[in-house]
Amino acid sequence: MTPVIDFQRVTKHHGDLTRIDALDLSVSPGEVLALLGHNGAGKTTTMHLILGLIAPDKGHVSVLGGAPAGPHAETLRRRLGYLPENVSFYEQLSGREVLTYFARLKRVARAQVDELLERVGLSSAANRRVKTYSKGMRQRLGLAQALLGEPQLLLLDEPTTGLDPAATRDFYQTVRDLRDRGCTVLLSSHVLPGVEPYIDRALILGGGHQLAIGSMAELRAEAQLPLTIHARGRLEEVAWHHGWDDPRIQVSAHQAHGVTFSVPVDAKLAALRHLTADPRVEDIELLPPTLEHLYTHFSAQRSPDQPGAFS
Amino acid sequence: MNAVMTIAGKEFCDGLRNRWVLAIALVLAALAVGIAWFGAAASGGLGFTSLATTLTSLSTLAVFLIPLIALLLAYDAVVGEQEAGTLLLLLTYPLSRTSFLLGKFLGHGLILGVATILGFGIAGVVVALGAEGVDKAELASGMGLLILSSVLLGWVFIAFAYLISVWVTEKARAAGLALVVWFLFVLVFDLGLLALLVSVKQGGDWLPWLLLLNPTECFRLINLAGFEAAGSISGVTSIAQGGAFRPAILIPILLAWILVPLGLAILRFRHRPA
Repeated sequence: MTPVIDFQRVTKHHGDLTRIDALDLSVSPGEVLALLGHNGAGKTTTMHLILGLIAPDKGHVSVLGGAPAGPHAETLRRRLGYLPENVSFYEQLSGREVLTYFARLKRVARAQVDELLERVGLSSAANRRVKTYSKGMRQRLGLAQALLGEPQLLLLDEPTTGLDPAATRDFYQTVRDLRDRGCTVLLSSHVLPGVEPYIDRALILGGGHQLAIGSMAELRAEAQLPLTIHARGRLEEVAWHHGWDDPRIQVSAHQAHGVTFSVPVDAKLAALRHLTADPRVEDIELLPPTLEHLYTHFSAQRSPDQPGAFS
Repeated sequence: MNAVMTIAGKEFCDGLRNRWVLAIALVLAALAVGIAWFGAAASGGLGFTSLATTLTSLSTLAVFLIPLIALLLAYDAVVGEQEAGTLLLLLTYPLSRTSFLLGKFLGHGLILGVATILGFGIAGVVVALGAEGVDKAELASGMGLLILSSVLLGWVFIAFAYLISVWVTEKARAAGLALVVWFLFVLVFDLGLLALLVSVKQGGDWLPWLLLLNPTECFRLINLAGFEAAGSISGVTSIAQGGAFRPAILIPILLAWILVPLGLAILRFRHRPA
C-alpha cells in the first residue's frame, strides 16, 4: 500500500536553527499518528511541510502521491483538512458564515455546513458572531472547518487545547469514526493521557530529530521501562524492601493501605507470584508505563542539550 | 475563477457590513456638493459658479482623498489576515495565492468603485437639479470622466497597498508605509517637480513627461485637459499643456499603474514563505 505521507531524509532550516533534521516518516492510509514533542521540537514544521506551506531544504516530501506544493497542490488540498494551532477566524462573521465561506473555497456542498455545525455542537451558536465565541467553541469551529469535504488526510495541531473533558472525548470519538472510514489522521498534542487509546502510532520528536516511533507496544518494548504494581492490603509492618529474588524490584511508594512497586518487565511474573503468595495482600493493580512515561523517557535522552525549547 | 469570486464576494460584503462603502460615498458626496455650492466663496459669491471651476475643485479634492481612502481600505489585505491567523488556513485551501490577491483586488476595487460612483454621482445629480444654466451633456461627460479616473486612481493605490501588504510582516508597519506612499505621491512629488521646474531655465521640454511617473498627476491631467481654455488650471500640471496628454493616452497609463504594482505584489506573494 502506498503511504499517505512519505518523508525521505527531510531537512528544514530556519536561519541558524534546524527545525527538522533528516526525518524519515511513512504513514499508511487509515492510520492515526500522534506527533509528540516539546515546543520547538518540529511538530508544526512537520505539518507545514506536509501542507506544502514550506518546502524542505533537503530530502523529499510526498503527500497522497505527489509533492504538496506545485501542480499537485490543488487536488491535494481538496482532500485534506487542517486545524492550525491557535485557530482564528473572521471575528465579525457568524460561525455559519465563516464555515460557508470556507465551504465555498473548498467547493463543498452548502448542506455540509449545517451538518458539521451540528456534529461539533455549534448549531445553537451558529448565527452568533465568532467574536462572542469561547476558546472551546472556536476550536470546535476549527474542527468543523477541517472536516469540510470529508478529507482523506487530517492534520490537527493541538486539537484539544481549550476543550473541556467531555468535548475532548467527543473529539477523539470523531477521530476514531474518521479513521474507521479510512481517513488518515496526524495530530499533535500536549495532553498525553487523553490521546493514548485513540492512536495507532506515536512519533516523538526532539530538536527536529526522531527520538522514537512506533505503537504503544513497540515503544514500551524499546524503552524497557519498569511497570508499576500497586498492592493493597494491611501491609504496613512488612519490610517490603527485602526478600525479593530480583534486586531491581523496588518500592516506590508506601501508603497507608498499600505499597507501590516499580518492577522491570521481565520480572513481572516473579513479583506477582511473590505478592499473590502473601495472604495479607487483598488486591493487585498492574499499571504498564503510559504514553506520558514513555514520552518523558524518550525526550529525556535529548533534553540536556535541547536547543531553542521556547522558540 | 470560482475562488476569486468567493474572496471578492466576502471582501465586498465586509465592505458593506463595516460601512466602508457608505462612509466613502457619504464623505465624497458631502464634500463634492459643498465644493459645487461654495466654489465661488473665494470671490465673495455663493452658489454654483461654473462647471469648469467645480470639476477642477472636485478633481483636486479627489487627488487627496481617493489615494488615502484606497490605501486605508487595502493596506491590511494580506498582512492583516496574516496577523489574524486566517491567512495560514486560507493557504492550505485549494486556491492559489494569485487568486487570493486577485479576489481581494476585485472586492476592494468594487467597494471603492461603488462608493465613488455613488458619492460623485449624487453630487452630479444635485448640481444638475439645483444649478441653473448648466449644460447637462457637458456636466454628464465631465462627471463621468471624473468618476472613471477617480476609480482608476483608487485602484492604483489599492495595488500599491497590496505591494506594501505582501512585503511587510506587521500591520502597523504596513499602515506607516501606506502613509509614506500617500505623502510621496500626493504631496512630495508635486513639490519636487515644482522645484525642478523653477531651477531648470532652458530646454525643459522633457519636464512634462515626468508627470507620467506619478499616477496622481496623470489623474489631474485627465481631468484638467478639457479646461485649458477656461484658464482655470493651476499648479505644476500647467506645464503639460499639449496634445500628448489626452485622456485617451493617460487612461491606459493609469491602467499600467494598476497592473505593474499588482503584478509585483502577486510575484512577491507567490515567492515568499508562508
